[in-house]
Parts: sequence; C-alpha cells; structure tokens
Amino acid sequence: MTTAPETSRRQRREAAASSNGKAADRKNGAGAKRTNRAKSEARLGWLIAGPAFFIMLAVTAYPIAQAIYDSMFSFRLTSPDDRSFVFLQNYMTILSDTEVFWSALGVTVLVTVVTVAVELVLGFALALVMHKALKRIRGPLRTAILVPYGIITVVSAFAWYYMFDINSGFVNNWFGWVPGIDSDLDWFANFGTAITVIMASEIWKTTPFIALLLLAGLAQVPDELVEAAKVDGASWRQQMTRVILPNMKAAIMVAVLFRALDAFRIFDNVFIMTNGAANTEVLSLLAYRTSIGRLEIGLGSAVSVILFVCVLLICFIAIKFFKVDLASGTDAKGGK
Amino acid sequence: MGESQGSPRRGRKVRAAGTALAAALLLSGCSDSGDVPVLTWYINPDDGGQATLAQLCTEEAEGAYEIRTSLLPADAPSQREQLARRLAANDSSLDIMSLDPPFIPELAEPGFLAPVPEDVAERTTEDTLEGALAGAMWNDELVTVPFWANTQLLWYRESVVEEAGLDMDEPVTWDQVIETAMEQEKLLGVQGTRAESMTVWVNALVESQGESILANPEAPAVDLQTNLDTEVGSRAAEVISLIGSEGLAGPGVASMDENQSMLLFQGDSGSFMVNWPFVWAATNAAAEEGVVDEGLVDDIGWAQYPRVVEDTASAPPLGGINLGVGADSENQELAFEAIECIVAPENQTEYFITNGNPPSSEAAYEDPALEDDFPMADAIREALENAAPRPQTPFYNEISTAIQQEFTPISGVSAEQTPAQTDAFIVEVLRGERLL
Repeated sequence: MTTAPETSRRQRREAAASSNGKAADRKNGAGAKRTNRAKSEARLGWLIAGPAFFIMLAVTAYPIAQAIYDSMFSFRLTSPDDRSFVFLQNYMTILSDTEVFWSALGVTVLVTVVTVAVELVLGFALALVMHKALKRIRGPLRTAILVPYGIITVVSAFAWYYMFDINSGFVNNWFGWVPGIDSDLDWFANFGTAITVIMASEIWKTTPFIALLLLAGLAQVPDELVEAAKVDGASWRQQMTRVILPNMKAAIMVAVLFRALDAFRIFDNVFIMTNGAANTEVLSLLAYRTSIGRLEIGLGSAVSVILFVCVLLICFIAIKFFKVDLASGTDAKGGK
Repeated sequence: MGESQGSPRRGRKVRAAGTALAAALLLSGCSDSGDVPVLTWYINPDDGGQATLAQLCTEEAEGAYEIRTSLLPADAPSQREQLARRLAANDSSLDIMSLDPPFIPELAEPGFLAPVPEDVAERTTEDTLEGALAGAMWNDELVTVPFWANTQLLWYRESVVEEAGLDMDEPVTWDQVIETAMEQEKLLGVQGTRAESMTVWVNALVESQGESILANPEAPAVDLQTNLDTEVGSRAAEVISLIGSEGLAGPGVASMDENQSMLLFQGDSGSFMVNWPFVWAATNAAAEEGVVDEGLVDDIGWAQYPRVVEDTASAPPLGGINLGVGADSENQELAFEAIECIVAPENQTEYFITNGNPPSSEAAYEDPALEDDFPMADAIREALENAAPRPQTPFYNEISTAIQQEFTPISGVSAEQTPAQTDAFIVEVLRGERLL
C-alpha cells in the first residue's frame, strides 16, 4: 500500500523521466548496460589486437632499444673483447663529420625533396588520367601505370644501372642527339649525372604509388561540388584550385608523408648504381657500410638511431605543422 | 557433447602421430650419414672446382668424413661480412672456409680461426710460393693453409708493342706503358672503379717501390702509421693521376672493374692491361664463341707486372684463396685432414686447369699438362714469387675503403694532395674521430 505523498512523488518522477526522454535513458539503466558492453568490447579488442601489439613491440621496439643501447659503445664485431662504454661519443663523431655524415644527410634530403615534388606532380597527372579515363580502358590503364611499382627495387635499380652504364647501356647511343649526352658520358662518374639517374629511377618506380593515393583522393571529391562550380562558370583552373585540391588535401598530405618517409630511407638504387661513389652516399647506405661493412656495431647503431630520429622528425613536422590526418576516413577518431 | 569432446582428442592423437612421424623422419635423415661426420666447407663461387674437390676428398677419406660445400656470396667483401658475422656468433658449422688473404688478419686477431697444427703447417707449406705464404700468415704464424694463389700480369697486344719497338722480354715500366698508349692513341686496361681493385692497384704501385702502405701493420688501430704521404706514395699517385687526367683508360674508367678492363683490352683500342689470369681463359672462350675476333688470341702477350722504378723489380698484387678452420668447429682435426687432401699439389694443378685459378704450390706447376691451357704458367709462378700482399692488419677493410674513396675517380687524383689526404683520413678513421 502506498501513501498519497509517495504516489505523487513517484508520479512526478515518472513525469520528469518521460519529459527528459532519451537523456534520462542514457543516464539510467541503458547507460549501465553500455558500459558493460564497452568493457567487454575493449577486452575483446585487446584479445584480438594484443598479440599483434606484442609482436610489434618485439620486432620494432626491441631492436630500436637495442640499437640505442649499442650506439653508446665502442664495439667492433671482430674485436669482441675491446667493447667499451663511450656514452654519446659516437654521436659526437658522427655529427661533427661534415664530409661524410652531413654530406650524406644533404644528399638524402635532396633526393627526398626532389623525388617527392616531381612525383606529386606526375602522380596527380596520372591520377587525373585514370580518373577521367573511359570505363572500358580504366582497368588496363591502372594496371599499366602500376607496373613499375610492382617491380622489386633492386631489380629496377639494376635495370636503370645497365641502361645508363657507359659500357653496356643504350642511353648514350639512343639519346646522342640530346645536348650534353654523347657516347663518352659516364653517368655514374659525376655527382650531377649520377644523382639524376638515381632520382629518375626512384621517381619512375614510386610515382604509381602516389598516383594511386591521389586517385583515391580524387574519387572522394563530391561530384556536386564540381558540378556547382561548373554551373557558376568556374574555369578548369578554378575548379582545380578552389574545389578539387582543397577537398583532396588529406589524401595529398598522406601521400607526401608516406613518400617522404620512403624516399628518406632510399638504399637499393644508390647501393646498386654507385655504392656511394661520386658523393652520392645517403644515410641508409652509411648506416649499412658502418655496421655491416665495417662491422662497427656501436658507430653503425648510432647512425641508424640518427636515421630513425630523422624519420620521426619528418612524421612530427608533417602531423603537427601540416596537419596530416592519418585517421581520416577511419573509425579511429570516432571516439574523439 | 560427446562429439564436441571427441574431436579435440582425435586432433591431439593425429598431432601426436604427426609429431612422432616428423621426429622419426628427422632422426632417420640424420642417421642417414649419422656415423660419418659431415664437414661444411664454405666456398667462394667458382666453376665447380671446389665442389669436385670436396667430392674427391670425401671419397678418399673412405668414410672418415664427408665434405659438403656451402656457397658464399659472389664478391669478396660480402664473403668477409658473412664469415665474420657467423664467426662472431660462434657458429660451429664453419668447419672449412675459403678465405681471401686480406681478410685473414681480421679473423685471426680475435681468435676466430683454429690454430693450424704444426705438422699440417709443415706438410702443406713445404713448397708454397713465397708471396702466397706471406698472405697466409698473421703475426709470423701460419693461420690458414694456402690453397690457390693469384696474381696480376701485364697483358699486352703484340701489334702495339711491335709498333712501339718495345722489347717485352725486358722488364717494362709504367712510364713506358703510358707513353706507348699515348703515342698510339690507345687505351689502357686498369681498374678505376671504387672497389677493392683500387686498393690492389695502389698497393702494387707502392710495394713495387720496395715500401708498404703501413709502417707498422701489427700495431693496434690508434697507433697504426701509414706510409702514403712520402715520395713513394706520391709517385704511385702520379702514375694513377696521369692515366686519369689523360683519359688513357677510356671514358668509362670510373666504373671499370676487372671484367670491364678486359673488354676494353679486347677492343680495337686495347694496348696494355694489368689483370688477373682469368682473362686468358675468358678471351679464348670469347674467341671460340665468335664474340671477339679470332686473331685476337694470337695478338695477346704477357709479361711481369710493370715496374714503377726502372731498377726495382715489381711486386705484383697477391690474391687467391686460403683455407681456414673455424675456432668453434667441432671437427677441427678432421677439417685439417680434409684441407691436406684439398690442397695436395695434384689437386691444385687440376683446379688450375679446370677453373683457371693458379696453384700456390710450386710443385703443382710442374705438370706438363699445364703448358697447353696456360702457356703463361711460368710467368704466373715467377710473379707469385715476387707478389706482395695487401696491408695485413685487422683494420684492412677501413684502410682499403679509405684508399678507394680518396683515389676515385682517378681523374681527380693529385700526386701532391691525394697521398697526404689518404694518410690523414686513415689515421682519423682508425682513431674513431670520423666516419668512413
């Protein structure tokens, strides 16, 4: 049995609940259920992703930590007993070496900037072609454009090397009519020509990658916007700069970041074509030659750590200053 | 319920049976040659000669051991890297290793090589040619057994020397070689690429003047002293610089290795070439296949490596392969037994005839069968007696890389500056003050 005041309180409560509607629902019973569900989902998430997370830790974090530790020793593989702790001495040696380290860093930055810039332009042109291509030829066209990217880098490096090599190459014969090219031109003897061939092979191989990323970006630009711009009488150039490019910003920035990181770690092309001769040494080659060639584990680890820091720096700059949104289009930021 | 429990049980049974079967297979695989110890011989790539010798010695051992070969990478620096990494990791599979002489001190110094028993050392080096023996030692001790030796000769085109009126029975100098090529507007076959071959060339030019690149090769890294910033080093740089600045080695010299210089020498502008004896077999094969002119083979002559100074005999480069035993090998005694079989003079002769690699044993040259295939065998033997190894130090790789960097491209070499710069560079690198 309920008393009158009690009844009226309950009625008021119910009335308030019904007026608050969904908000009240969320706060009371339904909310508690969701929390439990969220918890079990999180548990399931860990169960599924946990092994991958620990494997990632084992294969990336552990070697990085080991490299940082090793970089503080003077340690040569063929002289295991002479291992001594030198703290940051290896880094000082590297950073004070203008001729080798800073030159290698300069070449690496040059390759990164030039190849990414050229690839961006070419890649965008290819993406436009693929986007506009007739449906019938779209498939074969994409496949054709993707072929260079499917070739293993070492293989493409050898192909380019043999093409330009003065003894076996055909470039000097075929392009003898171009000013500056004659049968006596040894492409790999001078910095200018050698780095040009290296960068050209890099551009040839990875432009399709950028083209694909940009094609995805192009496909995301809403047709209505372009139509509206056309109706408003915008020229092709205006459509590009005012509508298409701004709407593709995320895709462009992701393409630039990925390629910049890739280009900064360039190794195969230089290794095959010049092996660092004619001042074409890059950071990864320096790291390889120091740790694997010279078997100087300490010094080599220090070069690798510096290379790693440079890569982190590129990521940081891109994400912080250019606002690259790596989570765009995914659910990763849904909770934010 | 019963079914759902039964399935995993059946699965377990199947797995257990599978494991047992796999184990049985593995065991039977091992017991296949279980009683015969297997020796692994890490070989450098050749024309199959080392594999044949492995088989031959396995047969001769009559069940005492079995030699199996394992192929190393193609180029010497990569071979060194792989061996050094395996040795440093205490890999016990390194029973026998084919080692390039310049890398021996680096592996011997940290104790990676098993000591050669005295009796084996005595028997295997009885008649080893002097140059080859020098390359097998470290700290005055024999640490490897010479297997075959290599050296460079001066190859020339008969037509060119005839026109120049050079008497090739007499020793010739680099100056004469350069002068002849210039006069007749011909090209010289040298190795100007940034690789090991550049160190080979610089070292031969220095050694041919009776000096060595290192003043104290056995010293620790920080105390090593180099000898390039001297008159001897300057003269060596002068020879290289002249060839480079005059374009005497052709436009492709910056990427010219042993094979490329052979191709240049085989061409119409060929005159002289310093190179290893493999070029003889290769040119003959090319002539047989019709790749090069048939008359070319008859136009090729050979002489001792050119002198730098007129009255000092040249010291040609030393190459080849020595055999070492890993310090962690579990079959060291058997490995040395096998090595004795492999390096027997008759095997070295056979290896020379079939694979073109010259013997390190003097007796191996006495086989008359050699004369047909290698008419220059005597010249090779003579060169091997005078041959000088590259700097023998555990830091050879650093010194070699520094030389390669400073002496390439050869058009940029200066007799006044390059030797001094190289000296300073080597010392700074060895002291850990700068990168390489």
